[in-house]
Amino acid sequence: MNYFPDEVVEHVFDFITSHKDRNSVSLVCKSWYKIERYSRQRVFIGNCYSITPQRLIARFPGLKSLTLKGKPHFADFNLVPHDWGGFVDPWIKALAKSRIGLEELRLKRMVVSDDSLELLSKSFPNFKSLVLVSCEGFTTDGVAAIAANCRFLRELDLQENEVEDHRGHWLSCFPESCTSLVSLNFACLKGEINLASLERLVARSPNLKSLRLNRMVPLDTLQKLLMRAPQLVDLGIGSYVDDPSSEVFSKLKAVIQLCNSIRSLSGFLEVAPCCMSAIYPICENLTFLNLSYAPGLQGNDLTKLVQHCRKLQRLWILDCIGDKGLGVVASTCKELQELRVFPSDPFDAGNAAVTEEGLVLISAGCPKLNSLLYFCHQMTNAALITVAKNCTNFIRFRLCILDPVKADPVTNQPLDEGFGAIVRSNKSLKRLSLSGLLTDQVFLYIGMYAKKLEMLSIAFAGDSNKGMLYVLNGCKKLRKLEIRDCPFGDVALLEDMGKYETMRSLWMSSCEVTLGACKNLAKKMPSLNLEIINESEQLEFSLDDRLLVDKMYLYRTLVGHRKDKPEYVLLL
Amino acid sequence: MSSENGKRLLETDAGGLNFEATELTLGLPGEPRVTSDGGAKLGSKRGFSETVDLKLGDNNREVKLGHSLQEAAKSPVSKTQVVGWPPVRGFAKRGKKSCKYVKVAVDGAPYLRKVDLEIYNSYQQLLTSLEDMFSCFTIRNYLNEKKIEQVNGIEYMPTYEDKDGDWMLVGDVPWQMFVESCKRLRLMKSSEAVGLGLTTGPKYSSTN
Repeated sequence: MNYFPDEVVEHVFDFITSHKDRNSVSLVCKSWYKIERYSRQRVFIGNCYSITPQRLIARFPGLKSLTLKGKPHFADFNLVPHDWGGFVDPWIKALAKSRIGLEELRLKRMVVSDDSLELLSKSFPNFKSLVLVSCEGFTTDGVAAIAANCRFLRELDLQENEVEDHRGHWLSCFPESCTSLVSLNFACLKGEINLASLERLVARSPNLKSLRLNRMVPLDTLQKLLMRAPQLVDLGIGSYVDDPSSEVFSKLKAVIQLCNSIRSLSGFLEVAPCCMSAIYPICENLTFLNLSYAPGLQGNDLTKLVQHCRKLQRLWILDCIGDKGLGVVASTCKELQELRVFPSDPFDAGNAAVTEEGLVLISAGCPKLNSLLYFCHQMTNAALITVAKNCTNFIRFRLCILDPVKADPVTNQPLDEGFGAIVRSNKSLKRLSLSGLLTDQVFLYIGMYAKKLEMLSIAFAGDSNKGMLYVLNGCKKLRKLEIRDCPFGDVALLEDMGKYETMRSLWMSSCEVTLGACKNLAKKMPSLNLEIINESEQLEFSLDDRLLVDKMYLYRTLVGHRKDKPEYVLLL
Repeated sequence: MSSENGKRLLETDAGGLNFEATELTLGLPGEPRVTSDGGAKLGSKRGFSETVDLKLGDNNREVKLGHSLQEAAKSPVSKTQVVGWPPVRGFAKRGKKSCKYVKVAVDGAPYLRKVDLEIYNSYQQLLTSLEDMFSCFTIRNYLNEKKIEQVNGIEYMPTYEDKDGDWMLVGDVPWQMFVESCKRLRLMKSSEAVGLGLTTGPKYSSTN
């Protein structure tokens, strides 16, 4: 390959698109490193503190698309205090100052300000796509700036963000000349929007393929929007409440029949069950159905709907569908690859909705299942063993038993054998979340069999340091390990410090790690940042090494300590 | 569904409130109290300790609980108070019906009312609405009394029963947290509250 001119090599590299492959290519030799870096357009940074924007810009002058992730995953569950970090502002400022022609920015778990959004909107004339997932810190004013200033905006996708809603006019800020929208998702916004503006916007967006509305968009507006955009492929319904005998509802039924491109349906943020029948005509084309935010739909309603969805590949649903309902899914949705069952009332076992039975039915009926997120009230080893026999293609297996230390209710045993069976038979498993009563044994199995595992989430499990050691020693591909409330301590933490350089991050909270061990680790491994999050006032970072650390976040980095840490974070 | 669930027992109290029970109810947190059906309730809140007791204790299983679970068993914490469990992002938003009706009882009233907490955005709004709802009753009370009461009105302390079955003073926690955990409301006569040192009104902020 070295006999070819650079342009030829670069052309070959055009066909290499995955981040992993491009990273590998850049390591082959200096020449390839150089060619690769100049031709690289898309960069993914899994931890925004692992590198600085300046170094990013220096290495990849042709950057067009940047993906950044900020806070650790457990921030989703309120385990990371407010203001911990993950600010996107320095990135946008640095990019704005440079000659980078940014076109796409995708952020997850970051803190975004209105000022950042405004700067973003004004600094990159070709900016096309903004995707914010689980972010916070901005208001609809920031969104308005994006709408107003990004002349060629194609995608504005706001997923599950905490946005302060100034009941705006942000939607009206899209200029009349903006006709380029392909994807608009504002389902997470809580406030009212100008419905007439929305209709006009949709009417002048012939390329619109994805539209996800918020709760403030009523059914009659939905009907008008669908009239304007029958070409939609992905629809998120806001409010879906009306009198089924009304004229508006009849119109809706008629127009839905025309929308035969819709493959993905979500939302129903407010829903009247009696209106669901209007959806049936498009169900047979659906590949993705997300009803996990729909309040008040009973098991019957869900089951009746699912019966029409023969081509479904991904289903996100609430546990009120029940085991029987999952049985209907199993017999209807033979193409199912991904299932997520969310708890409708996490604290009330009285309405126990799904158990191991539902999962077993799914595993028997859906041979293509490869991704699972399942919240249930109980699980048995026998069921997990059956699931492991039926399904050997799992890439993601996340099981959450709502009572976190619940044993197998039939045998009273821990669930070690069940999870052991899962990892043994699913050799491609990349992500695993455990729950239920678990001893060190399950970690022995994971270390032995989960050779492709990249991310592991553990809570209230294990007996001793051995558990954590089995995982660290056995899972060669491990990138993210997050642990809470487990009896793992210094011995496990310090056994193989080099391991952490092969991983993105390690989170340990409410475990048995001491301050002394953390200091030791931080001192020996300068390529790692070790953060201690200390929220209680009494400690004041006392120098007692025997102190148990409440929350520790460890990650590899090329740029040393971050400068924006809050007071309660101790960087060792 | 399951009759072993202690929470259910409280919910099915016949006729609402048992006034004898309330005297004990307002004891110091953590003290055991007697439920209205006369049974003794575990003083501790539900949580891992109960789980451990129910699931493992009876069978005398030798299970070596991890340190953290032993700690949890010692200082039991209500499930609702374990931070970050269950690990569902935005669980409070999923499956939430757009109405949350809770019963409102007023001491001395022969019947209860129901309010939908979801339609209010703050304590102020809720209490104003309750005042409207029960002012009629109060007025009627005056008119129907054979003896003429003093016109300085009857003062009520707003209290509520939370998910753990404890009676709390309205106003201490952020509004949204209150909406999620409130199961029923009781407007308690201030005269009853006097002896317990709760004469100062609830300190609810006017912001959410």
